[in-house]
Amino acid sequence: MVGNKNKVLKLSTAGSVDDGKSTLIGRILYDTHSLTDDKLEAIERSSKQKGYDYLDFSLATDGLVAEREQGITIDVAHIYFSTKNRSYIIADTPGHVEYTRNMVTGTSTSQVSIILIDARKGVIEQTKRHFFINNLLRTKEIVVAVNKMDLIDFSQEKYEAIVEDFKLLISDSEYKEQNITFIPVSALHGDNVVDKSENLSWFKGETMMEHLENIRLEDIQEEAKARFQVQTVIRPKTDEFHDFRGYAGKLKGGELKVGDDVTVLPSGRKSQIKSISFFDQQYLAASKGSSITITLMDDVNVSRGDLIVKSEELPQESKTISAKICWMDNQPLLASSTYFLQHGVKLVKSKIKTIEHKISTDNTGEIEKVSQLNMNDLGLVEIQLAQVLNFDSYNENKGNGAFILIDAKSNTTAGVGFWEVEVAFDK
Amino acid sequence: MNENMNDKVVNNPLEDEAIYIFREVAGQFEKPVILFSGGKDSITLVRLAQKAFYPAKIPFPLLHIDTGHNFPETIEFRDQLVEELGLELHVHYVQDNIDAGNVQEESGKYASRNGLQTDSLLQAIEKHGFDACIGGARRDEEKARAKERVFSVRDDFGQWDEKNQRPEVFDMLNGRIDFGQNVRVFPISNWTELDVWSYIQQEKMEIPSIYFAHKRKVFERDGMIWSAHDEYVFREDNELVMEKIVRFRTVGDMSCTAAVESLAFDIDKVVEEIAASTISERGARIDDKRSEAAMEKRKQQGYF
Repeated sequence: MVGNKNKVLKLSTAGSVDDGKSTLIGRILYDTHSLTDDKLEAIERSSKQKGYDYLDFSLATDGLVAEREQGITIDVAHIYFSTKNRSYIIADTPGHVEYTRNMVTGTSTSQVSIILIDARKGVIEQTKRHFFINNLLRTKEIVVAVNKMDLIDFSQEKYEAIVEDFKLLISDSEYKEQNITFIPVSALHGDNVVDKSENLSWFKGETMMEHLENIRLEDIQEEAKARFQVQTVIRPKTDEFHDFRGYAGKLKGGELKVGDDVTVLPSGRKSQIKSISFFDQQYLAASKGSSITITLMDDVNVSRGDLIVKSEELPQESKTISAKICWMDNQPLLASSTYFLQHGVKLVKSKIKTIEHKISTDNTGEIEKVSQLNMNDLGLVEIQLAQVLNFDSYNENKGNGAFILIDAKSNTTAGVGFWEVEVAFDK
Repeated sequence: MNENMNDKVVNNPLEDEAIYIFREVAGQFEKPVILFSGGKDSITLVRLAQKAFYPAKIPFPLLHIDTGHNFPETIEFRDQLVEELGLELHVHYVQDNIDAGNVQEESGKYASRNGLQTDSLLQAIEKHGFDACIGGARRDEEKARAKERVFSVRDDFGQWDEKNQRPEVFDMLNGRIDFGQNVRVFPISNWTELDVWSYIQQEKMEIPSIYFAHKRKVFERDGMIWSAHDEYVFREDNELVMEKIVRFRTVGDMSCTAAVESLAFDIDKVVEEIAASTISERGARIDDKRSEAAMEKRKQQGYF
């Protein structure tokens, strides 16, 4: 258990109301012995109080008063457990139509997505939306859990019909590189969640937990070019480190090595990496995800928000961008309105030039001319920037290809954007 | 700087994430402060902040909201750490607020000053104009905290609007606020109790001695073990004082923090014990047992 903290797998769960998402998570916690006695007691107490015949595991995850009152999940909750193999973080996202924004939020930080289907209902509109959002966000690993198998008498025939229905969605989808695994389960009774089920003896695949344990991190890692955005400039101004000028940031994609020829953007100034350090240790190289501090050979001007890249791997550069936007605010997105655009850690003013169209999120890909985007809408939008940004298409580098739009009046995060690959940019 | 050249930085995703968050605080705010209780989570925060800005000093002061009911070992430790790292420490005393009649001390068997910290915290924020308060809260601690953001906006009254939180997409943190508002920042949101302990072990960090097994005068109530410190902790006459070998899993206000019997005299044993534990750490915090929504209610009012 100890010593595996360098291995973390981030999951997110998606399903409709009453598909049993929270129950599934509760079941995983219970069967992996991750629920402590006091938490289990609390669940037993609440279940009894509500007059249930069984333990209501959703009580382990529904944290807010309003959620427990209504028996629904409103906000993304984070749940933690670990096995001998590694640590897991689950983002439990609500399934209501109106909470699509939470699904995008939960999915954006996860490596594996679990889509729940109620075996009695099969593939429904919500399933299509969940799959669509996973494609939009380029989730590489998807587990489709056909839940409540107990309520359809563990029927293999019905299960296979659902799998066939889902495969039709896959054939309609534009993103083909994901691995999709189907597993029949009963979260309430624990069939095929952690332990193999006799009721489902016809199913020869792994249980859900077996499958998750066998996912190899190197298989689902994004292959992307090195992008190093400077968060803060470190200048100690002490006798020992008098001339030290380090650029601190978290490396997104790829690898950087001492001696690499690099370009600082947007200035375009060229230099070489002189040192890479993490705390008080120096290293020859760093790879994706490391929060490092680097120094350059030359005294070039670098400030917060600047992007340091390898000189032979330059990203796009433009003042006009085209992007898919998922809108998350009550106030609709309107053409000609202005927002702060935050690209990683860099903030620039931006103005919506045109809303090209709204894209249906039900996996049909249908488009519609609209004058505004409402909460939970997805649309293709053209944006004018107050200064150039250096970015990649989202499909090539998630970290450098996504941004958020911030409402200048309320300061809230109003939408999330994904840079488009197909669009040609004027340099 | 160490002259030995290592091959490649070894990733620890939780540590990298926390450092990233600290650097965002430095980049986005004018007057941040680290909320420091002397407990293991805030000690971990200080360690991560050190790593985030090395070789520069931590660019934030520390703020301790002192209930006056602390374990003396914690205060001693706090002062030592502050001196070692050359940091600035602000202390605000709950006692001052009680004396001024701003808050009412609880009475009775379960009296605790834990909830009273909120007012002192809000006063400190206003007095110093802190715009970001960095805290060691973790999502795995408690179910209302499981819904907390990394950057969590509080209004002028320090209130948490749990149903209207900003979405946090990818790793982008939006710290834009209006004057008078502040942001609570939680760099170790995604750490579990075991992660913290393993980190303390790995980094060979110093922590207050009360986290390790020691002999203590205690009494039992409701199946829990309390420090027999009559000045701070109410004790009925029939609640007999005895000596046990105990340690603490959290160090809050003495009046709401129970001990556990333990023979974990060093960090390796503590990590082993936590890994095998069947009780959550908040299981020993009486303040959370008051009701199912105890933490959510405190948070809405501006608690950490």
